[in-house]
Amino acid sequence: MAVLTAPERKAQASSPPRRGRARSIHATPPLVLAFVLVPLLAEALWVFWPAIQGFYLALTRWDGVSAPRFIGLDNFREMAHDDVFRSAAGHTVLWLLLFGGLSALLGLGAALLLQQERRGVGFYRAALFLPVVFSLVATALVWQAIYQPDGVLNQLLQSLGLGSLRHAWLADQDTALYAVIVPALWRQIGYVMVLYVAGLKGIDPALYEAAKVDGAGPWQRFRHVTLPQLRSVNAVVLSVIIIDSLRSFDVVWSLTRGGPYHSSELLSTYMYSTAFQSLRLGYGSALAVVIFVLAFGVICSYLVRAFREAD
Amino acid sequence: MPGTSTALRRRRAATAGFHLGAGTLAILWLLPIALVLVTSLRSFDDIAAHGLGSWPRSFTLGNFRQAWVDGGQQRALINSLIVTVPCVLVTLILAAMAAFALSRYALPFRRALLLLMLGGNLLPPQILLIPVSKLSELLGVYDTLPALIGVQIGFGVGFYVFVLHGFMRAIPPEIQQAAVVDGAGPWQLFWRIILPLTRPALAALSALSFTWIFNDLLWAITVLRSDTNMPITAALIGLQGQYVSMWNVIAAGSVIAAAPTVAVFLRFQRHFVAGLNLGAVK
Repeated sequence: MAVLTAPERKAQASSPPRRGRARSIHATPPLVLAFVLVPLLAEALWVFWPAIQGFYLALTRWDGVSAPRFIGLDNFREMAHDDVFRSAAGHTVLWLLLFGGLSALLGLGAALLLQQERRGVGFYRAALFLPVVFSLVATALVWQAIYQPDGVLNQLLQSLGLGSLRHAWLADQDTALYAVIVPALWRQIGYVMVLYVAGLKGIDPALYEAAKVDGAGPWQRFRHVTLPQLRSVNAVVLSVIIIDSLRSFDVVWSLTRGGPYHSSELLSTYMYSTAFQSLRLGYGSALAVVIFVLAFGVICSYLVRAFREAD
Repeated sequence: MPGTSTALRRRRAATAGFHLGAGTLAILWLLPIALVLVTSLRSFDDIAAHGLGSWPRSFTLGNFRQAWVDGGQQRALINSLIVTVPCVLVTLILAAMAAFALSRYALPFRRALLLLMLGGNLLPPQILLIPVSKLSELLGVYDTLPALIGVQIGFGVGFYVFVLHGFMRAIPPEIQQAAVVDGAGPWQLFWRIILPLTRPALAALSALSFTWIFNDLLWAITVLRSDTNMPITAALIGLQGQYVSMWNVIAAGSVIAAAPTVAVFLRFQRHFVAGLNLGAVK
């Protein structure tokens, strides 16, 4: 919070030049105040007020019909003994590492390959980017067809002589989670690639020239020029990935609903089914609070960076 | 000269290697899309007899009709557009207004307000789902499209305020001062001067927000219940339940659901990529 209340420096580009805070509110035309207040109220109604309620509901037991009953931290105590919660938390961490790590690595790889301005590069970039505009539901259905017992994947394995690997990919507890990550990656890599391509284009070519003159090979140039220069993009990608990972819901929900036997359950899907299918709204809110706590660090660091930028 | 010919050969090899690598990647990426397109054009009998992964032996457009009419995709697509178009317009206008006020006037606490609004957008939606669904019941809009429009606007606006603020801040103050000297009020300043200068950012954000809102599933299934109100994403899940293992119809439904955003992407590709990079806090 210290960040948010840091002293204001002089306002650039403001029509009344430098005045005290008390007077600037008088100097501000009412229309301008309305410009801020209307969107703020819209967000307050649909986001801030519900968020506060969400935190309160986490401390209650509620079926959605009778009044919520305050039970303190009992929901969180229950989590400690909830096997489904524990495995969902584990899967969420695995999802963060696999989905996040691979999309960053492969996105960077694709960006390195496709940053060069060659003929046809626009087509390749568009091909990789195209899935980004699909809804995760449509993405999920495309891949569900691929994963079917008589689908392309199994057919392909058969024709490669690997018939023994044929599999009901989504119905098997050992493979369901990984089978869900692949479509999510297919869609995310193009996004990360776009961020990295912009980052790579922002690097001063003179740095590479200088490194070349100093006798640095391609790997050394990558290690000592590209990577350090990408630091700010890396930070962006990291926040995007973590926030996206914790939000991941659609693709799992459309492919497996978290099953079979919770083997692809994430915290987000568990929260949804607890709240809206089991109608345990208090416990569902508590699960949402856990997701919030996991995301909190990232949100703060994102805001700190945003704050520096807004300065 | 042997030196130049080696260099030339090496350059050709590099070009070939590039196209080989990038081409393989592109094919790998497009393959699932090609597959769903092919599946959507096959007949059910063909798939049932030869398997989903087999080479197609039939051609029909009937699947699209089935998904469109019997599967309710027509209704769903209309719902999606009823939600998406006003959402994009209202969100961007509201966000532009707030960004204008916060970036061009010395409002008290303006930075705190900016970060508060951005922070709201970064919250995991899960924390909001239950209260939002109860709130829409309280407001009497549960299971209606205005509820979905309201929550999409409220949840999205903070992010666009932040991006547009960054953009408007960069507009030189002299332009504004000149207009003020000429007697322009805040409204004229906003509508005539700043908004036109912000057009590139608005274009980029429109393309982006169109796909985000159009593709949303979570908010839709949180505030809506009836099948007739569902947008295309939720209807697609319904289709999956209605036509279990009729992959030809499901594939046709997926194509219908993806077509609008693909069209927006192909038409506004440049804006799209620009928008994603605008959104990234450096």
